[in-house]
Amino acid sequence: MTQSVVVQVGQCGNQVGCRFWDLALREHAAVNKKGIYDEALSSFFRNVDTRTGGDGPDIYKGKICSLKARALLIDMEEGVVNEILQGPLRDVFDSKQLITDVSGSGNNWAVGHKLYGYQYRENIVEKLRRTAEHCDCLQCFFIIHSMGGGTGSGLGTFVLNLLEDEFPEVYRFVTSVYPSGEDDVITSPYNSVLAMKELNEHADCVLPIENESLFDIVNKINQMISSGKLGSTVKQNSLVTSSAASAKTLQEKPFDAMNNIVANLLLNLTSSARFEGSLNMDLNEISMNLVPFPRLHYLVSSLTPLYTLADVNVPSRRLDQMFSDAFSRDHQLIRADPKHSLYLACALLVRGNVQVSDLRRNIERLKPSLHFVSWNQEGWKTGLCSVPPVGHSHSLLALANNTCVKPTFTELKDRFMKLYKKKAHLHHYLQIDGMEQSCFSEAVSSLSDLIEEYNELDATKGGPRTDPSRLKIAV
Amino acid sequence: MSIVTVQLGQCGNQVGHEVFSCLCRDLCGTHGLCSSRENQSYQDACRERFFWEEESGGSVARAVLVDMEPKVISQTLSMAARSGFWKYSDHSHFCQKQGSGNNWANGYSVHGPRHKEAIMNLVQKEAERCDRLGGFFTLMSMAGGTGSGLGAFVTQCLRDAFPTSFILNHIVWPYGTGEVIVQNYNSVLTLSHLYRSSDALLVHENDVIHKICAQLMNIKQISFRDVNQVIAHQLGSVFQPTHPAGGDSDYSRNPLGDLMEVLVPHPEFKLLALRNIPQMPENSLAYSTFSWPGLLKHLRQMLIANAKMEEGIDWQVRPPPPGSSIPSHSTKKPLHFNTSIANLLILRGKDVHSTDLGSFQDPSLYTSWLNPQDAFHAWKTPRAFNKYEKSASLVSNSQFLLKPLDSVVGKAWNMFASKAYIHQYMKFGIEEEDFLDSFTTLEQVISSYTTL
Repeated sequence: MTQSVVVQVGQCGNQVGCRFWDLALREHAAVNKKGIYDEALSSFFRNVDTRTGGDGPDIYKGKICSLKARALLIDMEEGVVNEILQGPLRDVFDSKQLITDVSGSGNNWAVGHKLYGYQYRENIVEKLRRTAEHCDCLQCFFIIHSMGGGTGSGLGTFVLNLLEDEFPEVYRFVTSVYPSGEDDVITSPYNSVLAMKELNEHADCVLPIENESLFDIVNKINQMISSGKLGSTVKQNSLVTSSAASAKTLQEKPFDAMNNIVANLLLNLTSSARFEGSLNMDLNEISMNLVPFPRLHYLVSSLTPLYTLADVNVPSRRLDQMFSDAFSRDHQLIRADPKHSLYLACALLVRGNVQVSDLRRNIERLKPSLHFVSWNQEGWKTGLCSVPPVGHSHSLLALANNTCVKPTFTELKDRFMKLYKKKAHLHHYLQIDGMEQSCFSEAVSSLSDLIEEYNELDATKGGPRTDPSRLKIAV
Repeated sequence: MSIVTVQLGQCGNQVGHEVFSCLCRDLCGTHGLCSSRENQSYQDACRERFFWEEESGGSVARAVLVDMEPKVISQTLSMAARSGFWKYSDHSHFCQKQGSGNNWANGYSVHGPRHKEAIMNLVQKEAERCDRLGGFFTLMSMAGGTGSGLGAFVTQCLRDAFPTSFILNHIVWPYGTGEVIVQNYNSVLTLSHLYRSSDALLVHENDVIHKICAQLMNIKQISFRDVNQVIAHQLGSVFQPTHPAGGDSDYSRNPLGDLMEVLVPHPEFKLLALRNIPQMPENSLAYSTFSWPGLLKHLRQMLIANAKMEEGIDWQVRPPPPGSSIPSHSTKKPLHFNTSIANLLILRGKDVHSTDLGSFQDPSLYTSWLNPQDAFHAWKTPRAFNKYEKSASLVSNSQFLLKPLDSVVGKAWNMFASKAYIHQYMKFGIEEEDFLDSFTTLEQVISSYTTL
């Protein structure tokens, strides 16, 4: 069994991360009734003997003593991390996993990447090494951050670089929250494009998320509940937006519902690696199957169902509905419509009481309405995990490598160019040691190249298919 | 003689478990509709072939379990132990922590050499445990990374370490519509490599078995377990003890050798298909009766029309009329007529010796460069198998796999032309050259089978 380490950087990264650990504990508590520290738990948690006070040795078998998250919490302000350490998750982290500073990055990628990166490099490497040493077989780093700010974006991508240098064999999955058009951070386009270059070059897989999509999903759920359209009551803990504790007892913070969705994404992504199933799908398989060319590693994700009804009788039609929903525009976690763009590859990770025949039936059903690239007409990767998420009997995570990410990138580039042409706010960046104008031009060039790659693929869509001629053998 | 089974990857281990379960069930659960002496002899032969007995009297499978991640093996071991009738040895498995990531190159070039010694040690131990080693039976899928890549490497090692032993590879052909996106690459690489080191490749297609489950077994929500159980039944019907053609009263002592001798006359032709009838849900068995002429007629047409199961057979396909001496690659033969190189019929159950097999010796079924007498063999065993009063299996070396093979090679070639995913293989040491070699090997195989 392998382990993964979560590196949460910046305010957004840490808030999402916090939700992740909360829900991970809930999920394992639901499955692991006997309180034994098993392999599934060890993928994200260490079992530490705290009776000796402080950092006791890891306990690899037997009863759970004290669970510690395999995580690194990084923020250049103290507020968010302090809140986590005072909240219900305080025992899951120890002080040696934190790197904080006081003044923040001022929404400046250069401050995060060049200034703090340089300053904290040793510290970060040391802490990463320690976390890696506690792992028997470290498979993957999950970075959670936002693109629009200074710390998550700048320092986050600095850490990404670092991971590639120090741990080249370990996969790097990045969950990036992209800024919306109405973002109140004026320099978010700069920060995002500068960060994109790093993601292009150093990440194995990127899962882009847009706040607008999360917001729409949250609204949709709230509307459904309050409209009373659902005959019976919704199972509270099945909401993709719910936190571990009952919503009534805890005052939920504003972004919690949205962040829970992202946390669920990560849980579902790793479920087949943690739990058993008839067709396992490990993280290295995701990277292998969904990334046909090194730079095209942006995966659009969708989660279904968003909730389950308390009514236990779930007919098979509901199951098929789950598959249909996964391809609908309003279940995607970015503003995109994969159905009308070109698929390079698609992965379906099913959890719970679903068998291979259900999977096949739905693939056959949905295939005709989807456009796949000519050299990958049957580009499906499937996984079946027996353990469903909390509150559900089954669920589906769909990951698509699809050209529908292109608009997100072109809009980002446009917003960037608007500022860049006027050289607005540029001096804030250029005054940082190590930043030059070329950083900007290289970054936007990298983004343009990426967009161009997607354009070329889109151009092949719907065109006549001429298969290359096969090798001829002399008879 | 004993057979050592090597289970590779998730599929190989899951199927392997079902195979041993089926063999054990057949052994212990039924008396086989024959005399108790006959039954005893059958059971002894089966036990010697597939199990060894530990001091406490329990049966232990002669198997080595290999996987690059631990979940499946630990599940397989515990499921077997729970059966109460048989188990796997606690010391015959090898696993690592991180799988092969569906990457053939990872399985073949990285995991293979790295773990060669440990794996071959386990195989050696099992081989030494046999009084007489009859050969190796490997179980794997082609679509993933471990079964396919590491499986190809291990097969090569087996060939190097045991040059005179028979190696039969059982391969699960993936569903046409993706289980794994790079399955066509992995399949091409696996088949081309296995062709060099293996004696024969026995193929089961997931799509075909799925249909059997849906239409013949009436299973509504088909799981991989259901699919694997059908595969296990079909394999059991071939590998359980049989009387060799001479009508000897002793069970065959060299199952793999006998199989190779009758089915693989030429090293260019190694692809074997398996058809087994009847196939039905267990609770319907008591209400059904079969006649040998009926079963044999269906089986023959299934062979000719390349039907994989008893429903939906195309009865229009016929061999060319006799007396018209047509060379076998002439265009006069209907295009979808499935020409055979060799056929082996394995009949089990009641009244098996009264069967008339003349229809299978029809020369028009076979390619012209073999005598029908040499191309066709039948093994008859009165002891019934797995509660089926009569069971007929046809193992054939024919053109059956041409279309699926051509399709897989075509899709892989298409993807290769666009260079998609190649960087993932190059990361682990498989270059474009290696791909081209594999494509060439398989185009050759396709060509050979086409011109039969």
